[in-house]
Amino acid sequence: MAQLVATLASTHHPFYLKATTMPPEQQLPEAPEWKRKVEAYRETLERTKPDILVMIGSDHFHQIFLDNCPQFLIGKAERYDATFYNEEREFGIPKYVLEGDEDMSRFMHQALMNQNFDFAFSNELKIDHSIICPIITVRPDADLPVVPIYTNIFAPPLHTPRRFYDLGRAIRKAIDDYPSDKRVAAIGTGHLSLELGGPRQFMETGPDPEFDRQAIEWLRTGNIEAILENVTHESMAASGNATHGFLNFILMLGVAGPEGADYVDNLDLFHTMEAYFTWYPKEQAA
Amino acid sequence: MSKYYVNKFLYTVDRDPELLKRYTEDPRNLVATWEQSLGPKLLNNEVEASSVHAFTAEEREALINHDYVALFEMGAHFFLNLTLFIGMYDEPYLLKSGPLSFQREFAAKLQHWRGKDYPTVET
Ligand SMILES: [Fe+2]
Repeated sequence: MAQLVATLASTHHPFYLKATTMPPEQQLPEAPEWKRKVEAYRETLERTKPDILVMIGSDHFHQIFLDNCPQFLIGKAERYDATFYNEEREFGIPKYVLEGDEDMSRFMHQALMNQNFDFAFSNELKIDHSIICPIITVRPDADLPVVPIYTNIFAPPLHTPRRFYDLGRAIRKAIDDYPSDKRVAAIGTGHLSLELGGPRQFMETGPDPEFDRQAIEWLRTGNIEAILENVTHESMAASGNATHGFLNFILMLGVAGPEGADYVDNLDLFHTMEAYFTWYPKEQAA
Repeated sequence: MSKYYVNKFLYTVDRDPELLKRYTEDPRNLVATWEQSLGPKLLNNEVEASSVHAFTAEEREALINHDYVALFEMGAHFFLNLTLFIGMYDEPYLLKSGPLSFQREFAAKLQHWRGKDYPTVET
């Protein structure tokens, strides 16, 4: 059976590449520290020597729109182009082509259907920065095949926090059951408190630093009970209109299981709290 | 009212450099062209028509005036509303007033929504 070697959950910040590669005299004061933290985080994946990446993200109205909007979708293709024109324009993110793993996508799709998750699928998926940002941060060589999974965190109604957690558990089971000797890492990105296109955007901190602090603590300790007791669609909206990206962190905790994280780091940037978590399955913890 | 149609406008213009340029330079004409020939097409299909949606006068005016505050208040999707206007205004504001100055002005114009429930973006 396949072996899950690491679960990574982090925020994604589309400006990371630009912010850390522009001429040093134009960089933010935080840029060197940001780069150091990201490179340290990259190492938490590198040392597990993965063969395949199961990647969880959320399309930002790039390929998916309101005329046809799935809650959950899996890519099933031998390759995925990545980065849309408006992401190049706004963030300076380059184009990529990622290899797929059709065999694992097919297995994963069936395994999730068998566990009552009615997944949409795509045989021609162009990936956006929700999956390319973590490629840039934790696997910049982009040299591993991926199984992309998209969640809807954007176009209400959204699934509940509980459903996201359960989906994480189902993805974990599918990885564990996959008949292969491959080493699999699961990598997902979302947000802590975040405001976009509203009155609290681009402040000195994220819109709700208290939520950020609390959320990091919940994830650090793997406290799914506290998350499910406290986090609702209303509470997320009160913390910032794009805070629903936190649902992907809940999903990733489902993949890891309700356990303390083995690696936790964060960085307070202008307008957002960045956070980086890695869990190693217990039997392999060093 | 058609939030969906407003979002369809923002979405189709944001993803196309030529439409974005026309919307930046001559919004009244671009909105008219869009309503005539682009909006009434099924997405991702050059052949099939879609007759379901139309703008209200208010929505049309907000789009013509690049009025992102009015669009926010009508429940246009926050991500589309932000991204499209950043695409048009980020650079001129950057040259004039420094990084993030457009984003901060955008936020400042919405301050009367602080502490309130925002208009829903559900369509
Ligand atoms: Fe995002």
